[in-house]
Amino acid sequence: MRNLTGVNDLVVRFANVNGTGSASANNMFAMSIFRMGIPMTAKNIFPSNIQGLPTWYEVRVSEKGYLGRREGVDIMLCVNPQSMKQDVASVKPGGYFLYDNTKNLHKDFIREDVNYIGIPMIGICMRLYSDARQRQLFKNMIYVGALAALLDIELEVVKGIIADEFKKKPKLIEPNVQAMMAGVNYIKENYEHPLGLRVERRDLVGDAIVIDGNTACGIGAVYAGATVAGWYPITPSTSLVEAFAKYSNRLRVDPETGLKKVAIVQAEDELAAFGMVLGANWNGARAFTATSGPGLSLMNEFLGLAYFAEIPAVLVDVQRGGPSTGMPTRTQQSDLLLAAYASHGDTKHVLLIPSNPSECFDFMADAFDLAERLQTPIIVMTDLDLGMNEHLSAPLKWDDARRYDRGKVYTAEDLDALSAMGKQFGRYLDVDGDGIPYRTLPATHPTKGSFFTRGTSHDEYARYTEDGVKNAQVLDRLSKKWDTAKEILPLPEFYQTQNESNIGMIFFGTTTYAALEAIDLLKQEEGITLDAMRATAFPFHASVEEFIEAHDQVFVVEQNRDAQFRTLLINELEINPKKLIKILNYDGMPITADAIRNGIAKHLEAIKL
Amino acid sequence: MTYIKPKFRHPDLPKNAVGFTKTDYEGVISTLCAGCGHDSISGSIVQACYEMSIEPHRVAKLSGIGCSSKTPNYFLNNSHGFNSVHGRMPSVATGANMANRDLIYLGVSGDGDTASIGMGQFVHAIRRNLNMLYIVMNNGCYGLTKGQDSATADAGSVSKSGSVNPFEGIDLVGMALELGATFVARSFSGDKTQLVPLIKAALSHNGFALIDVLSPCVTFNNNVGSTKSYDYVRDHIEALAEIGYVPEKEEITVSYDRGSSVDVELHDGSSVQLHKLADGWDPRDRQAAMSRLQQAKAEGEILTGLVYVDPESKDLHEIIKSDKRPLNSLKEEDLCPGAGVLAMINDEFR
Repeated sequence: MRNLTGVNDLVVRFANVNGTGSASANNMFAMSIFRMGIPMTAKNIFPSNIQGLPTWYEVRVSEKGYLGRREGVDIMLCVNPQSMKQDVASVKPGGYFLYDNTKNLHKDFIREDVNYIGIPMIGICMRLYSDARQRQLFKNMIYVGALAALLDIELEVVKGIIADEFKKKPKLIEPNVQAMMAGVNYIKENYEHPLGLRVERRDLVGDAIVIDGNTACGIGAVYAGATVAGWYPITPSTSLVEAFAKYSNRLRVDPETGLKKVAIVQAEDELAAFGMVLGANWNGARAFTATSGPGLSLMNEFLGLAYFAEIPAVLVDVQRGGPSTGMPTRTQQSDLLLAAYASHGDTKHVLLIPSNPSECFDFMADAFDLAERLQTPIIVMTDLDLGMNEHLSAPLKWDDARRYDRGKVYTAEDLDALSAMGKQFGRYLDVDGDGIPYRTLPATHPTKGSFFTRGTSHDEYARYTEDGVKNAQVLDRLSKKWDTAKEILPLPEFYQTQNESNIGMIFFGTTTYAALEAIDLLKQEEGITLDAMRATAFPFHASVEEFIEAHDQVFVVEQNRDAQFRTLLINELEINPKKLIKILNYDGMPITADAIRNGIAKHLEAIKL
Repeated sequence: MTYIKPKFRHPDLPKNAVGFTKTDYEGVISTLCAGCGHDSISGSIVQACYEMSIEPHRVAKLSGIGCSSKTPNYFLNNSHGFNSVHGRMPSVATGANMANRDLIYLGVSGDGDTASIGMGQFVHAIRRNLNMLYIVMNNGCYGLTKGQDSATADAGSVSKSGSVNPFEGIDLVGMALELGATFVARSFSGDKTQLVPLIKAALSHNGFALIDVLSPCVTFNNNVGSTKSYDYVRDHIEALAEIGYVPEKEEITVSYDRGSSVDVELHDGSSVQLHKLADGWDPRDRQAAMSRLQQAKAEGEILTGLVYVDPESKDLHEIIKSDKRPLNSLKEEDLCPGAGVLAMINDEFR
């Protein structure tokens, strides 16, 4: 058997039982790779369940800096008998299978082309610890130690991580180090180490951080000046508002009075959550909510009201597997059409689509500015992969000179000045010709500037009207505002090599990681060069159409069955559908570079025939 | 009939303490049916706000969808209004209040809006003790869709088309009491003498104040057999107390017999004065209120007046310990921790 070998290029998968405290041990393993200066990406693959079912954690180590998921497992650490059959099967030939050999492995799990490394985890724990909970928790540290020895991870790095992890409970540091060392010593005494497959210190991560997108979004909302959040728990968005609450409690509480410069209310449902957001924004506070597909469905009615009544709002949709309740703990990009055209009538919404955590932070800050500038909901589209998994990311950055853009809001002085000029305030008047009217906040002026916010048809002065012409005028102005939005949204990112190629690829959000790797694979392994564009927003900037026009064929990579992003392109830009080729993945797992590469290569081969 | 309101006002109209005449509290002309009880309630709101010298622009008036929800257009022209979606006014009011605790929030809803589609939001606004006045204009039927029974229609009540309602009606007052509402009242649109002081007291209350106002629908539910018709309500009404509202820092001029009244001081220093009609009536006793309400129901009475008040009530902002300043007034310097703090946050992720 030829064993897998290599340095800083491997996939390690942990197969655990949900609820056994393995998450922090697995995370320590991933962070030790990061702290050795090697790019890595980690993904939780977990059930929609609290305890007991199989759960996996996958770490990809990539010196080349590829941060998407890669298929095939090089090293499987299996401590869950329930999933052992599939876990053994997922190991690449020549790979390694680490298991607890306190009991003998059943013959059904033996493969000739896999290396078995048995570690008596329970046995060691029984010897070292008397407490049942300790035995369970320290078992996790034993395998972290074993992996460290096998992969040549610097032990001082792991010890440093343990020290940081238990900073607030220093008594736990020593026992954890002891458990980790028990694993190290067992490997040293019983196996050749390190393996042919190993890691080696590099200096490739710079000032990067490791953070999940929900946390980055939550911190972004703090920096953006959000003061109100109405929300309803739903996987995978829950941790976003929890992060907002955590950082608000840390950074926005008066130490003397204990009073908070923030109001966060867990609503009774998603309808109420978004209603709160609208009420608060209408009243001049920056307010937001976060949800996922089923919640977004419920918010449709209010989204229509916000669009038509022109109320700013920020909503983060952390997409999960659909349709319906779908796969709550799996990832997809399948809410695009729902979000873009949410609610009845001619309604459409601005979408921002970040691709990594630092962009989550930036786009949250942008979202609040854009919502107030455009006076409309801004939906930030992320997904479970970005939201709940930790990613290697550029550090979060804030420019202290940045000022919040509160949009067109008349003050009492403005209203008096307007009146002195003989002009009347009209809530929905297009004063500047950009489709964006001026608003006033409640209580601005004792006698001027009040208006009625309503979802019924209204004229430029916010008065109810059933005059079809006036209603059409409002709808046309909203179209003009839509065109204005195109110019002020984040620009797409282009990856082009002097227009050498007549083939283009479009991707967005978390598909980016795999897409960028696929470009390299196509070039190196298939000899195919293509230009690429990463979309960041809807409606589309003019350069999106130009990119498509400049290429004969454009592949659109996305994680849903119906090619929803492609539909948006066709629908909004009136592009010939034949020009846009679908590359899809909708199994709930993040798309891989191999899948994209294979899809594109197969298509190109087919049309050559 | 004209829909244009004359702008001419007599120059000598009396002004209140903040310099406004009563007409400054009016809205556009109503498009509801002539004689609609809802218009009387609008009139009571106008009178209460004028007499309390509330600055109209400090009021945010919000509603859902339905006949009742149209009324905010018919009072307080200088207030910002928000006509939200069916049954969802409470959440919009909650958000508005979270953004600025300093304004006065006046929500208007109907029985369809509150007791059916909006039941969830109504219940949770009570649970959070949102500082607002929530008026239900309760006529037991859907007027805008021509007279279907609503969830507050009493079992056995006969609709205009002659059908008998087979289901139990939801009693919003009983429900609010059960849920822990801190101000619960019921009144009748035709009884301004009772309704105006109740509105004043409710506006002064620190927390969620419900006034369920029976407001007969003259077009679709004012027939013989309806338990929400003018005649039926007048015949079955039972007032708990005669009510006087005493504003803060103003000499008490209302004469009353101390031996038979109770003063309930509200959070802002004003008080509600109740002349006892019912024996042993104390509006601060929730259990007694619940029991009295049940008794009235059993006897076929419609109990009106201030049913319950908690003068110590703490509102949403006090419960969640939010800043005393309106959150919408906070600026970058209050809210943004800055690049230096972000650098430290980044360090936690390495």
